[in-house]
Amino acid sequence: MSGIGAPVRTQDPAGGRGTIKELSRPGRRAYSLPALDVPEAHMPAEHARASPPGLPEVAERDLVTHYTRLSQRNYGVDTGFYPLGSCSMKYNPKIAERVAQLSGFLLAHPHQPDHTVQGCLELLWRLERALCEITGMVRATLQPPAGACGELTGLLIMRAHHAKQGRQRRKVAIPDSSHGTNPASVRLAGFEALHIPSDGRGLVDVSALERLVDEDVAGLMLTNPNTLGLFEEEIERVTEVVHGVGGLVYYDGANLNAILGRCRPGDMGFDIVHINTHKTFATPHGGGGPGAGPVGVTEPLVPFLPVPRVERAEDGQFRLDHAAPDSIGRMHGFLGNFGVLVRAYAYVFLHGRDGLTEVAERAVLNANYLAHLVRQAFPLQYPNGRPMHEFVASGRPLKERTGIRAMDVAKRMIDLGYHPSTVYFPLVVEEALMVEPTETETKETLDAFAEALLQAHREAHEDPELLHEAPVTTPVRRLDEARAARHLTLRW
Amino acid sequence: MRFAPHTDDDVARMLEAIGLTSLDQLFDQIPEGVRLARPLDIPDGVSEMEIQADLDALAARNRSTEDLVCFAGGGAYDHYVPAVVWPLAGRSEFYTSYTPYQPELSQGVLQVLFEFQSMICELTGLEVSNASLYDGATALAEAVNLARSTPGRGRVLVSAAVDPRYVETLRTYGRGAGYEPELFEVVDGRGGAPDVAEDVACVIVQHPNAYGLLEPARDLFGVAHAGGARAIHVFDPLSLGVLAPPGDLRADIAVAEGHVLGNHMHYGGPFLGLIATRLDDVRRMPGRIVGETLDMDGRTGYVLTLQAREQHIRREKATSNICTNQTLLAIAATIYLAWLGPEGLEELGRRCAAKAAYAAERLTEVPGVEPLFGDAPFFKEFPLLLPKPAAAARDALIERGFLAGVPLPDADGHALLVAVTERRTREEIDGLAMGLKEVLA
Repeated sequence: MSGIGAPVRTQDPAGGRGTIKELSRPGRRAYSLPALDVPEAHMPAEHARASPPGLPEVAERDLVTHYTRLSQRNYGVDTGFYPLGSCSMKYNPKIAERVAQLSGFLLAHPHQPDHTVQGCLELLWRLERALCEITGMVRATLQPPAGACGELTGLLIMRAHHAKQGRQRRKVAIPDSSHGTNPASVRLAGFEALHIPSDGRGLVDVSALERLVDEDVAGLMLTNPNTLGLFEEEIERVTEVVHGVGGLVYYDGANLNAILGRCRPGDMGFDIVHINTHKTFATPHGGGGPGAGPVGVTEPLVPFLPVPRVERAEDGQFRLDHAAPDSIGRMHGFLGNFGVLVRAYAYVFLHGRDGLTEVAERAVLNANYLAHLVRQAFPLQYPNGRPMHEFVASGRPLKERTGIRAMDVAKRMIDLGYHPSTVYFPLVVEEALMVEPTETETKETLDAFAEALLQAHREAHEDPELLHEAPVTTPVRRLDEARAARHLTLRW
Repeated sequence: MRFAPHTDDDVARMLEAIGLTSLDQLFDQIPEGVRLARPLDIPDGVSEMEIQADLDALAARNRSTEDLVCFAGGGAYDHYVPAVVWPLAGRSEFYTSYTPYQPELSQGVLQVLFEFQSMICELTGLEVSNASLYDGATALAEAVNLARSTPGRGRVLVSAAVDPRYVETLRTYGRGAGYEPELFEVVDGRGGAPDVAEDVACVIVQHPNAYGLLEPARDLFGVAHAGGARAIHVFDPLSLGVLAPPGDLRADIAVAEGHVLGNHMHYGGPFLGLIATRLDDVRRMPGRIVGETLDMDGRTGYVLTLQAREQHIRREKATSNICTNQTLLAIAATIYLAWLGPEGLEELGRRCAAKAAYAAERLTEVPGVEPLFGDAPFFKEFPLLLPKPAAAARDALIERGFLAGVPLPDADGHALLVAVTERRTREEIDGLAMGLKEVLA
């Protein structure tokens, strides 16, 4: 067995752990600039920098080796299976990378006049229409640069809608299992979070919802399938209840991958939808970003969408329209993460109608198959519900019998060659292991991962030290997070 | 083209294992009434060759700075991206990884982000930074939220020479947060006198400003402090080899658009939001922060730290809702800044300033063209007053192969903002002057 994150051994003068700053030597340099072909100019003295910044001085060779080695201390989807629940870490097609680098896109300046960027505008226009068709919405903005910004956009649209109706409402309802960005966005949009409990099936407790919502509720935010990987079977009733008090229903697209081509948020009664292109449409997550969080809306909410918007004139020319008096305004300095949207476009149209439906089918098949393989050892939190694209298993029985926690299992999985699942989320499940295999993994990978998880489970009983000590195959072992917060070292 | 690897036999065996006979049964829990009874109205999927051709055709419908000599700025700049940056930042161990939730498997990204934070602190002369925000405009909105955390101080004063797109973004964010940005007037394109009452949270100054002009930033920040408000500096990272950094100017929070650090313009995104603050504000900082620590064996390593500020722990009490940020661009920025080093940063800043000064001289020699604001000092960008509408002149110059600048609403649309980076040659600048003369004739 070979561990991951343990790259080829190399001679490394800094012991493999130094920062680039430690490689710095006065006078060493990587940059080159052409000779100055115009007269020198001088900055007024009162504006001049007094002493140079402490950036490293290194040769190009140094920085290539340094950052190559750092990349070898990192695990990506290309390295192997990455079943991080709620994150849809599927394979990122290489063709999407290549087309995003086309110079006509990469080197376009955002202030170029519309007639010189017809290709960019048409791409955005076509993608907007495809995303609307997939979600059952009428128009969309592609501006939000990430899902959380999409949430804020949607909630500001909700706010603008109620303002237009003449009375602002104060609260937005969110289920207790929701992603943390939901309540954080609710507050940023000027609302208070109203927490809705789950019922015994892990679904929204509809009677509690009926009891809790009133005419002070601006809307409800919901993921469907929800954060437990379960489809909200009473979704029609849920949206009806919220609409009944004049509220709007917001679809958090974190789990859209599970339902592509099978059902659409618009048909379930949702009014606002955000999409995480870095989940559903395989735009790579970049170690934490960039993402993109397009937001679609139903007809009555179109006036509130951000500006500028891409419109097509009768002569077929595309243009940016800034004039929309009821718009919430601008969510990004320019048009959002355009380069990410090119990748999403490539993904959507490569797959096409059947391909997208197949994505959802295979994602749900993989999750159900994997859940089946491991559920004896790690029971599903809600055993009666059929998981969709991901499942939440509980490590609680294991902890009760052996004292081994979900995090110990996760760390042992690293030594067994895998990126672990999400642990301790959603917060409402004790010792949660949230597993999302995605559609791009083979049966053989799932079989082997299940085997490893069962091995870890056996070891928890037979040789618990293996789990307590794990990981031992990585460049560093478990890190002292409390120390990091207590002795703040946030820079060299 | 599809990427799911299942053979028919795989599907059959997996279904059998879970006790089902068809894929449709996997979706039985979706109520009848909301199922989509028709195929999506999207074309059939295509092969890799076909999508390449489709996107080649779309890209070919754009002009770009590949064929247009770029003098446009206004928040996006044609700086050189060295060859070394993307082969490293684009290594798939970086770009196909998620947010580093499992630090033992993510030491690469975590250490680069630690180096990034360090370099942003070095650049700005401030004490703490984070793992990036979306872009300059949204970074400013986050900075304002931070500044407004002081009770009783909610008003936001913004110089009228701050990029109008940034102000629009503040206006949008302010609808939720409960403020309306208030512009204070500038005199001849800069300066001004913000009235900092005791309910003011912050004074925002962009320096160099949206006209490219140098602001009396130290004085304006002094006025903010005298009124008890925070000073927010919107800066240009590539100016900081030659211009005094935010920390020396006594800014409390500095934010910037960081795409200029080794990232391409990409039609305005993905871009890179930078933020730096004083240490006092670290617990109010939005977004991910990487900290150094030790592992069980005493080895140095890196983790996401101070997570109690963040949405996944603190939920509605979090300092921000940001989750996904722009890490990959931060990785590129780190490599770029290591490539430049302190000397390169200074030399690059001097090149920009020299070329911009030369361009201003040549362009104002064109009959009828003059500086919009007299001899106000600038860094790499400056506004011109043209005898004709600037948009028309810009369009005519595109036909001659130049992206001449960004038209401004000032002077009834007769103002053009011209940016000159280290990439522009004397020949190109002379060519622009010649072209401008022709289109204005």
